Amino acid sequence: MSAAVLVERNLMIYKHTWYVLLAEIFEPILYLLSIGVGIGVLVGSVTGVTGGSPVRYAAFVAPALLATAAMNGAMNETTFLMFGKLKTDRTYESMLATPLSERDVALGEIAWAVLRGTLVSLAFLAVITALGLVESPWAILVVPGAALIAFAFATAGVVVVTFLRDWQDMQYIQLVMLPMFLFATTFYPLSVYPRPVQLVVQWLPLYQSIELLRNPALGVLSPRILVAAVYLAAMGALCLTVAVRRLGRTLAA
Amino acid sequence: MNHTGALVSARGLTKIYEGPPEHVAVGGIDFDVRRGEAFGFLGPNGAGKSTTMRMIGCVSPRSGGELTILGHDAARDRRTIKARLGSVPQDDTLDTELTVEENILIYGRYFGLRRDVIRERTDRLLEFARLTDKRASRVQDLSGGMRRRLTIARSLVNEPDLLLLDEPTTGLDPQARHLLWERLFRLKQDGVTLILTTHYMDEAEQLCDRLAVMDGGRIVAHGSPRELIERYVTREVLELRFPLDRHEQAAEKARGIGERIEVLPDRLLCYTSDGEAALEEAGRRGLDPLTALVRRSGLEDVFLTLTGRTLIE
Amino acid sequence: MSVPAVHEFGYWWHRYRRTWRGTAVISIANPLLFVTALGFGLGRLVDERNSAYLHGGSYLAFIGPGLLAASAMQMGFIHGSGPVFQSARVGGNYRAAVTTPMEPSDIFTGHLLFTAFRATLDSAAILLVLLVFGAASPAALPGAVLTALAFATPISAYAVSTDRPAKLSALFRFVIMPLYMFSGTFFPAEQLPGPLRALVWLSPLWHGTELCRGSGPIVIHVLVLLALIVAGYLAGRRSYTRRLTA
Repeated sequence: MSAAVLVERNLMIYKHTWYVLLAEIFEPILYLLSIGVGIGVLVGSVTGVTGGSPVRYAAFVAPALLATAAMNGAMNETTFLMFGKLKTDRTYESMLATPLSERDVALGEIAWAVLRGTLVSLAFLAVITALGLVESPWAILVVPGAALIAFAFATAGVVVVTFLRDWQDMQYIQLVMLPMFLFATTFYPLSVYPRPVQLVVQWLPLYQSIELLRNPALGVLSPRILVAAVYLAAMGALCLTVAVRRLGRTLAA
Repeated sequence: MNHTGALVSARGLTKIYEGPPEHVAVGGIDFDVRRGEAFGFLGPNGAGKSTTMRMIGCVSPRSGGELTILGHDAARDRRTIKARLGSVPQDDTLDTELTVEENILIYGRYFGLRRDVIRERTDRLLEFARLTDKRASRVQDLSGGMRRRLTIARSLVNEPDLLLLDEPTTGLDPQARHLLWERLFRLKQDGVTLILTTHYMDEAEQLCDRLAVMDGGRIVAHGSPRELIERYVTREVLELRFPLDRHEQAAEKARGIGERIEVLPDRLLCYTSDGEAALEEAGRRGLDPLTALVRRSGLEDVFLTLTGRTLIE
Repeated sequence: MSVPAVHEFGYWWHRYRRTWRGTAVISIANPLLFVTALGFGLGRLVDERNSAYLHGGSYLAFIGPGLLAASAMQMGFIHGSGPVFQSARVGGNYRAAVTTPMEPSDIFTGHLLFTAFRATLDSAAILLVLLVFGAASPAALPGAVLTALAFATPISAYAVSTDRPAKLSALFRFVIMPLYMFSGTFFPAEQLPGPLRALVWLSPLWHGTELCRGSGPIVIHVLVLLALIVAGYLAGRRSYTRRLTA
């Protein structure tokens, strides 16, 4: 598959700039220590999360921060970095002069975003395991889970990037991502909201991503994991179709 | 190969950018490029040269007409054609974070070449581009001329049958240009077919066996540099320069000297077979130019004659 | 204040008049979203426990001034890093300004004045909403402005002389973010384990946060922030001159 050569290119680049990936793990760890541990003292434990026993606050927040890291890493790769390659570096122009096609470019960049999302989640999982915040061996499910989250958001990112006109437009992405990060049950359970708000929040892709990771991380094998997986797979598949078509048109213009 | 025996053959080739406003970048052109020659598109910015190159490179789909490259239809067999092309775009699109060597390696991988094959070719390519001692340097630390040579070296990694060069020396200093010309000439001698665009006359004269002169999306003339000069202009030109306040008056007085007079904003050009005689004639008419120069006609004069404009405006 | 500095202020004012909508989104919406999510949402969990660390106050009342100070720090970083770096580059607007009768120190002063102006305006907007929520006191405004300048001044002094934007993003990741997380914004600094609690005195953001909350020895907090501004200003006059007249 010729799209794989894009993964090869990114690996080559990150061999020089590996610290960027390190920084990407650094931020969720800071959040975990400050909010998880610091606010944890104020909160104590969270009840009624998974139907089971009360959960330490840090253990509750950790999988949500991992889901957010997987989302941000993938989106960053296919919006911010991809926009730079499209407009500033014109990387894809040189690729399209070779036998590579627009479709290869789209698939290759998405594959890379999924791979790096998986790597970042593995590293973060190691950190939270070391901190004793992992409640169950089922936590290993967060790795394929993070890959699925990365897939859903990477494809969405490619769709978004084809609509951006200039660097200023990038802040509209922030305007959607930040509230989603804050309100998609990252820091407190869904039960805090009144019922109508709950119904809205449950439709957020980050909410589903958090469900996908939080349940297995806390050792709860609930059908909600399946619902979340289907939601994200469907979102990824839909965005992928649109992404390949739209990016093809953007690059050929 | 098609019946003309040409490597590239275009008939009525058209590119229209859907508006608004609609823009006809290339308005139906015909040309053939033969194996082993250096073929040039000469014209000012906006003439449609780069668009034509992008269509030949199979990165921009045509809007109409026919385009056959290496015996394949440009729209149908993109992947097959691109595998045998080398492409040097107008702006270098190198990976600036990577080293010189890595740039060639990853570019070769885009062609699906094996790593050991690329490595073996890299030595020769770096030698050719005079970049052997820069092998491990990052591209961001290279000069403009070095980057240009790396882009050319990179474009040769698949040992292409046809090399496309869009404005290969624009923005380079004179020394870097001459080095590049010499390298390109060597490629031609090795049998690589070159297609290049330029708005420099000297470049077209130095490198190209045949030229298509473009203006406003059309080919206004083609032939070898010598043919074009013989066909469209006289052997010599007398250039006269006057103080700006006497310029128009002088143009009036000079009318009839030589075969034709071209009035530019800053000087008069008298096209004639004998420049010295024309200069004597100017003296007889009481013209008193600040400077007078007799020179041989060139492609700049061809372009001026064909379009009424200079190449670089 | 020297008059030429006003011209530099004017330059940034002109730019601001064209772009204020976009920048307001970043600098004002960001802290308000945090206040809503954490103050109200997380606040419900925190207030149920009624932790002794909050001394009987609500979490919303705790985090309101904390986020005000933290966003002032962010403003200080945003205005003191990117725009200064861009302006000092070849082709940047400092390069044009320095060919006029303005001295590098005038440029520095004028740009800082504009940062102070922006920080006052944006902090006041945030504070206004916090007041409606009952989550802060109007007396917090000077503390926020001081905090913004305590960061903007030394950061400008550094940014004008740096050669790569990557250094500025590293500064944000490895200095600004950790300060944001551990300077008493989200949880009381007294909660930190012993040795870290002493370290928090070194955090300018902690002094700014305490100032916005109106707690602790106010004079000391003010002096610490002023000291940073003065030191940053002296360093900046030198680094601006070195970079722009070299």
